[in-house]
Amino acid sequence: MTFASLVERFYAALAAWGIPWIVPTLIVMVIVVSVVLAYISVAAMFMIWWERKISAHIQVRYGPMRVGGWHGWAQSIADGIKLLLKEDLIPTGADKVVFVLAPMVVFGATVAAYVTIPWAPGLIVRDLNIGILYMVSISSLVVVGIIMAGWSSNNKYATLGALRSAAQAVSYEVPLVLSLLGPVMIAGTMSMGKLVEAQSGRWFGVLPGWFVFPQIVAFLTYFTCALAECNRLPFDIPEAESELVAGFHVEYSGMRFAMFFLAEYANMFVVSAIATTLFLGGWHGPWIPLPGLPRDVAHGLFGLVWFQVKCYFLIFVMMWLRWTLARLRVDQLMGFAWKVLLPIAFANLIVTGLVLILGKHALLYVGGIAILLLVAILLAARPAARTVRVGERT
Amino acid sequence: MTLKLGIFYFLAAFTLWAAAVVVLGKNIVRSAVALIFGFCGMAALYVLLDAEFLAAVQVLIYVGGITILLLFAIMLTSRIGVTTARVVNDQVILSAIAAIGLLVGLIYASTSGIPAMSGPPRLPETAPFLGRALLTTYALPFEAVSVLLLAAMVGAIVLARKE
Repeated sequence: MTFASLVERFYAALAAWGIPWIVPTLIVMVIVVSVVLAYISVAAMFMIWWERKISAHIQVRYGPMRVGGWHGWAQSIADGIKLLLKEDLIPTGADKVVFVLAPMVVFGATVAAYVTIPWAPGLIVRDLNIGILYMVSISSLVVVGIIMAGWSSNNKYATLGALRSAAQAVSYEVPLVLSLLGPVMIAGTMSMGKLVEAQSGRWFGVLPGWFVFPQIVAFLTYFTCALAECNRLPFDIPEAESELVAGFHVEYSGMRFAMFFLAEYANMFVVSAIATTLFLGGWHGPWIPLPGLPRDVAHGLFGLVWFQVKCYFLIFVMMWLRWTLARLRVDQLMGFAWKVLLPIAFANLIVTGLVLILGKHALLYVGGIAILLLVAILLAARPAARTVRVGERT
Repeated sequence: MTLKLGIFYFLAAFTLWAAAVVVLGKNIVRSAVALIFGFCGMAALYVLLDAEFLAAVQVLIYVGGITILLLFAIMLTSRIGVTTARVVNDQVILSAIAAIGLLVGLIYASTSGIPAMSGPPRLPETAPFLGRALLTTYALPFEAVSVLLLAAMVGAIVLARKE
């Protein structure tokens, strides 16, 4: 008995009473959206608390310790209530319509990406044929909201942050999409559910059949680009606190600011979910039949847990990187996307296509290692940057 | 069927409203923002036509790429966001004739039916079909478009370089 069959049974029951199909459809839609929104709120509040604890421990501090008792677990709830009660401010010179619309666009685009997340076997809101493409394209709308926020605030820092964000997003989206094509080519589908199912086997009978092994280059490229898409360090120049105050959301306060904050953490979960689905085998993992439960329900429960564990591991890596690495400069950021990541993504795409046509999966490993070697050689052979002294002719 | 028709009329009205704001808006940044809504409405219409691959690509390329570059260019141009744009210029009659001609042509095409426009083929999945068609039957036009885009890019770089 899966989620889909439960919904089917609900439809059948209401149809038997002679209620038009639009009514149960709407009821199911409202329930699903409420569940997703509740999950996003709770997960984002947890992630905010978690990030504060991780940052504190990396910096040899304790972080929030007081609110709620055990390690300040209720700190995010207290902050959320505080933000809800704050006065709603709109700057005088702001374009009011665009200013009000911007957080809604950012939050809406992020929530819309949750439609095709495969939580567990059979538990997915809608397994679209174009699943992964839909997620990438709907996530790209977030940048639109950021630009709207930055421009409408009538603030130089906000506009600068929005400009940087636009440049960064457009640059990093190209290698991001190209790196996602590797697993799509191996599995021969873009549907999120089928992509997970394609990873059920084993490589050489030992390793789990996750695409991260043959596609390690694509995984690293994707994860780097995903960090940039989320505006996380080392790619956080759109909201660099020390240069731009807070970037595009400097004029936002109260509930509208909370929407941006919530969307940022929800977006971190989305990019981790994409990485988990395409590279880390989604819900696959060891599981045992639980006593007193049907086999597929037990499988589903284990799948749900495995998916969450993998996602939160990736989120932990993102937080770890944020509190370890320094910020990149704008020119370094652009050069890295166009001169390093894009060639690597193209090389991976070509090698994957070649190996798939030649028809030997084992060759994928050779290809991946060859690309890594090539990149290492290229980086090593690169002429060292010349230092120019003052007064010297160049 | 009536529900689908209702959704179509709603989406069509939404898209037309966004397009009207783009053309008639006095503030160029607001026009660009309305253009985003127009593109999203077009994507929704594609979904209604069972062309979901085209819809996703429409959002990815036009909203996620082209409109953002447009906004980028607008913001880099100093003071353009503050000045009001001229909506109508001297060529209003010529463009009105062109627009009405296009409208008549479209009405003729949709009522009498140009063969290529009638009856969309029903496909279970459009993406593999499109990919295969682009690399077999339509490989030559596809490559020609690629070369054209490359030439445009090289041209833009040559024009933009100062030396």
